Amino acid sequence: MTARRRVPTARTPWPLLPLAGLGVAFVAVPFVALLQQAPWSDLGRLLTEPLVTDALRISLTSAAAATGVVLVLGIPLAWVLARTRFPGRSVVRALVTLPMVLPPVVGGAALLYAFGRTGLVGGPVYDATGFLLPFSLRGVVVANAFVALPFLVITVESGLRAMDPRYEEAAATLGAGRWTTFRRVTLPMTTPSIVAGALLAWARALGEFGATVTFAGNLQGRTQTMPLAVFLARESDRGAAIALSLVLVAVSLLVLLPLRDRWLGA
Amino acid sequence: MRMPRSRRAGSGSVLAVALVLATLACGGDDAGPAAAGDATTARDDGGGGGPLTGDLTVLAAASLTDAFADVEAAFEEANPGVGVEVSYDGSSALRDQILAGAPADVFASASGSVMDEVVDAGAVAGEPTPFATNLLEIAVPAGNPAGVEGLDAFGDEDLLVGLCAEEVPCGRFGREALANAGVTPAPDTDEPDVRSLLDKVASGEIDAGLVYRTDVLSAGDDVEGIGIPDDVNVEATYPIAALEGGEDREAAAAFVSFVAGDEGRAVLASYGFGPP
Repeated sequence: MTARRRVPTARTPWPLLPLAGLGVAFVAVPFVALLQQAPWSDLGRLLTEPLVTDALRISLTSAAAATGVVLVLGIPLAWVLARTRFPGRSVVRALVTLPMVLPPVVGGAALLYAFGRTGLVGGPVYDATGFLLPFSLRGVVVANAFVALPFLVITVESGLRAMDPRYEEAAATLGAGRWTTFRRVTLPMTTPSIVAGALLAWARALGEFGATVTFAGNLQGRTQTMPLAVFLARESDRGAAIALSLVLVAVSLLVLLPLRDRWLGA
Repeated sequence: MRMPRSRRAGSGSVLAVALVLATLACGGDDAGPAAAGDATTARDDGGGGGPLTGDLTVLAAASLTDAFADVEAAFEEANPGVGVEVSYDGSSALRDQILAGAPADVFASASGSVMDEVVDAGAVAGEPTPFATNLLEIAVPAGNPAGVEGLDAFGDEDLLVGLCAEEVPCGRFGREALANAGVTPAPDTDEPDVRSLLDKVASGEIDAGLVYRTDVLSAGDDVEGIGIPDDVNVEATYPIAALEGGEDREAAAAFVSFVAGDEGRAVLASYGFGPP
């Protein structure tokens, strides 16, 4: 649906090239250094250890589940921010963006005060039902979704704003209801930005550390994600920490590379 | 005695300090402050050295945060010419910084084995000195809502309990104490450091955490401590050492003997640390 634009290489303004090259090097050199430090001979053994496989399983499960939560809550939120006018809209937008700016540890502490065993909401719920979010996989998902939500909302909102509203108006004049218009016109037309936002949210969730450890704790096989495993392995076994980091890098590239090409026309 | 080298070239004040120290180093005899345990020698050793000057960077274990703020103030009062800056982190993280060449003069570790690694890497000047000890204690939220009585709680599946992760000193010592007591640990979280474990106890999110005695004291009213019998408790010894990479060797040695001396020990005792 989106037309691919050709990038005329010959007409690139010359000052951009060296700076762009510097930008690539800035990101690439640390990863090259990481590869160079990798314990290649030990890698096979390290990667099959339960510590690594447990953490990988929990990371992939929780990041996927968090992306699902973010899609369900974030698309309606983005639509409301882009298509409606109400007093305090900019306050809502700032609030939704807050987890992106705050140190994740602060976010985790705030989640604990809200949904923890003695929290504002979590306290009464726990007293009545015994239901507990922290120290479980669902706690990890909540922490991941909390920090990842703004990435989807911002991306989808700007996608909605860039969309020509006449398509929706045309659908309406042809007799489509509001819900049908949203499903059959708005959603398909914003798919690229939804996918891009979901990818960003997923990537953010996969790398989440501070909010997760503060809210959900750290236990191998239950709540220990890859970033937590890397952080702790660093204390005792640098080789294992680097091996874990490489897995994280590889998994991220595996998902980001094909999807970006396919959906963003990169 | 080696001439102090200025690593931060281009900083005028550092250069001036280095020059003063160089003069001191040439004029002084070998009976430097490091040889004596008495803190007052740091100020005036009578050997024609005069008062100490310089800037010290001290890397200290996170569990020393409150105590070392006082130690730092007392040392600076006794040595007005010396400016001390303390940076706190987990002992293992500090070890990594030192081994990566961070410009620091003194290292105070919460773990003997972490200090040994720094010694083995040749980064310590002289020998580490043990200066304090710490015991484990059970931390429970104020009022002990779960009725925790002893180490058995950490094997109880029905309680929400936390330990430090096995990779950090408090986690190793904690598991050792549980093994001594014949308890199989069933933690709900292995926190990456003792402060985050203490936070979860203080906020009532977990029923008990196994931490250092000094942490229980520093947490104030939100946390209560339950003692652990001496025959199963594990004592952590804290070593301190001057570093090879430091610029102000003399001031560093003075700081080390101040911490390990009577004044330092008195401050540390007021925060719950025991003598080595």
